[in-house]
Amino acid sequence: MADLRINFAGIKSPNPFWLASAPPTNTGAQIHRAFEAGWGGAVWKTIGAPVLNVSNRYGAWHYGRQRMLAINNVELISDRPIEINLREIAEVKRAWPDRAVIVSAMVDSKPEAWREIVERIEDTGADGIELNYGCPHGMSERGMGSAVGQVPEYCERITRWVMEAATIPVIMKLTPNITNIVLPARAGVAAGANALSLINTINSIVGVDLETLELTPSIGGKGGHGGYAGPAVKPIALNMLAQLGTDEIVSKSGIPISGMGGIANWRDAAQFLLLGASSLQVCTAVMHYGFRIIEDLCDGLSNWMDEKGFKTIAEVSGRSLHRVSDFKNLDLSFRAVARIDAGKCIQCNLCYVACNDTAHQCIDLISPQGTLVEPLSYDVRSNGKLEATETRSQPRVREADCVGCRLCYNVCPVDDCIAMVEVPSGRDAVTWSELSEQQPQVTEDWEAMKAYREKVGIHIH
Amino acid sequence: MESANRETGNALAEQLPRLTPNAAAVEADRCLYCYDAPCTHACPTHIDIPRFIKKIASHNLRGSAETIFASNLLGATCARVCPVQELCEGACVLGADHKPIAIGRLQRFAMDYARDHKSYPVVNAAQTGRSIAVIGAGPAGLSCAGELAKLGHGVTIFEKRKLPGGLSTYGIIALREPAEVALEETRMIESLGVRIKTGIEFGKDVSLADLQKDFNAVVLSVGLGSTPALGIEGEKAIVDGLEFIEASKTTPASMSVGRNVLVIGAGNTAVDCATIAKRLGAERVTMVYRRTDREMSCYEHEYDFARQEGIEFRFLSQPSRVLLDDDVPVGLECLRVELGAPDASGRPSPQPVAGSEFVLPADQIVKAVGQNRPALATLLDLKTRKGFIAVDSGFQTSQSGVYAIGDCIRSSGAASTVMAVEDGKLAAAAIHQQLAQLLASVEVS
Repeated sequence: MADLRINFAGIKSPNPFWLASAPPTNTGAQIHRAFEAGWGGAVWKTIGAPVLNVSNRYGAWHYGRQRMLAINNVELISDRPIEINLREIAEVKRAWPDRAVIVSAMVDSKPEAWREIVERIEDTGADGIELNYGCPHGMSERGMGSAVGQVPEYCERITRWVMEAATIPVIMKLTPNITNIVLPARAGVAAGANALSLINTINSIVGVDLETLELTPSIGGKGGHGGYAGPAVKPIALNMLAQLGTDEIVSKSGIPISGMGGIANWRDAAQFLLLGASSLQVCTAVMHYGFRIIEDLCDGLSNWMDEKGFKTIAEVSGRSLHRVSDFKNLDLSFRAVARIDAGKCIQCNLCYVACNDTAHQCIDLISPQGTLVEPLSYDVRSNGKLEATETRSQPRVREADCVGCRLCYNVCPVDDCIAMVEVPSGRDAVTWSELSEQQPQVTEDWEAMKAYREKVGIHIH
Repeated sequence: MESANRETGNALAEQLPRLTPNAAAVEADRCLYCYDAPCTHACPTHIDIPRFIKKIASHNLRGSAETIFASNLLGATCARVCPVQELCEGACVLGADHKPIAIGRLQRFAMDYARDHKSYPVVNAAQTGRSIAVIGAGPAGLSCAGELAKLGHGVTIFEKRKLPGGLSTYGIIALREPAEVALEETRMIESLGVRIKTGIEFGKDVSLADLQKDFNAVVLSVGLGSTPALGIEGEKAIVDGLEFIEASKTTPASMSVGRNVLVIGAGNTAVDCATIAKRLGAERVTMVYRRTDREMSCYEHEYDFARQEGIEFRFLSQPSRVLLDDDVPVGLECLRVELGAPDASGRPSPQPVAGSEFVLPADQIVKAVGQNRPALATLLDLKTRKGFIAVDSGFQTSQSGVYAIGDCIRSSGAASTVMAVEDGKLAAAAIHQQLAQLLASVEVS
């Protein structure tokens, strides 16, 4: 069995899975139960400035049968008295010395306020502090949360105040509601933060009620943007994680990154690790299914690591970062075409309609007799299951015309029915970057581009 | 024989419950939304099934019902009586690895919505001033009348029975289609402007010549004739299967059901009769058939259903005589049958073995052995095909301006409600075209 233990900026935990700072970590009783279930750590729901909450605070994005593909919330930081939170933090840490107990904090942007909260947190015996610069609603209107995270200079200044006061590891949490995630990350590095974490929630409006024309959810007739999280945000989180892992300043600094944003199962978790995370935080999946999901998060990850021969989390962390590239460095001569496995195909024709209407019109419908047929061409008197199924056409890719866009592969409802098959292009490997260096006119002028295409044999349909 | 007044409402109540909104949404979401979908091809009326299902998924139930009505005005009946295993659901691409989509149940869900909200088709066409007489208010006639009305024609249906709906009202077991569903459907057709005159028998109360004077076209949708005679001694004591089903739908409280019932025949109607007998209290119900389960003409799912109902089967038995005690049946004498070379139907011919008589005890015998060819064809001197009324590709009979649709022309293939509905729809289009040509030629001259 793989060793799942981590040492993240000096914070140790028996596995890389921490509950993110959010409703699941609202109380000591909850965290006790989470630790009993096997969670490696917990980031306490943000403490700091006084707040009051509202009802109907969670919205959700359901798609088809999938409930809570994402959740959206306007819940603020902890509304429980700060003394109670601090007392429970101390109790939890005493009871669970082997688990990571990190406290998220957010106070007014004043050095004395930050110094005070840091000192009070350290008095609890907590393992670390996470700086909440990400909350996109409510707190930001008061100059906190994402109002800080969106301005790299503020991030740096406040983090410096914290670093002057803190003796335990400090994690600076980034907001995704920013054009370039690298800039606040560099600010964290410059201020001497011990670690970074990302992503916080994304600005969002979940929807409008078509009966009442009010926002969903409606808070006494009104609503507004809330923080978006859950499986739907995972690709955004992975990209931002990779942006940090491939940024020269951030990656050279060696600062560890705690990854989060839509982790729902061990497969998601492994992907965050591969793109550079060395601790993982989970919230929405727990809010959907409860603390029990930790079992398969650990079990699945461990089994996969065993299968792949990875002995420690550190061996996995960042393992795919060298695969992250810019478009200009991709091989323009790489060619793949779609191939449909007629034995697996159920003849739903979803690939056909997607390709024909919206891609490159390179899928044909072939009759059982091997002739090309048009859709909807059967006789109006033809009916019954036998006629419908025995005369049903089979989609087939015209490989010469296939640009390898991969749309059909994505829409096919049958596993492993459509494969993207690498085929020789007959051209030497070349990237856009190389092309613009070697033959700049080709990348700047359509006529030169035409001549180049004809020379190397690139046919555009 | 036991003859008791009984409350039969529950025993024959519609078997499948309406899908809950949640169950319908789950099922609708499961549909892959195939392009040029095989279910639509397999449906004789070619309802755009993925479209109506995805409209259920998007909570556009009005649009879903409209999609069904656009291809099939009798969607509520078809949702209940169609042999979906042989049609749409049988062609579903999910059938091979998973369960096919419950298309029939989803169609019923949309049709029930339409009924509850009176979200019915409307006539958008201008009135043409043309009028058509339709004989028979069964599925074919109703479909044809409704489609013609939608095209702006005046339509009157003449129906000899007291109630419209044909077999949907009288001949389909209530388990599958309560009479009220068929009657509401006829009211929907009437709401398109179609007049339905019941209690008027064609050829008796009104003649073809009368109708040809008053109408621009006449459509015959008269269905089939009575159950053929078996030609055996004591046959008078045998109950007609269609009348048995009719009684179960119209006067269930006073109908007589024996304790030990035999049903002669092995088609879908025979299964319905056997089911009614079983559900209404018969201790033992046996279907008697001269061939074997391989040759039965009922659908496979009907056979499965009958076995689940506890109905027994007696194959390779040919009825030869009804044993009577004071005009009341006490048994059915049969001959053992051996199967010979294939006959005209392509099935092995039953060869009764002489001297092999045996008796099946019974206190009630029902026969459901198909229906006679329509008598009307010879009455009106129309050309026939295998005894059925012959029509051209536009459903016109050998007499100009006289059309025929439904079971009365079904010389090949399975007679079914949905085929009748499609006939009505296609015939309406053909008649509309003919009338338009007629109108144009009148204007030119």
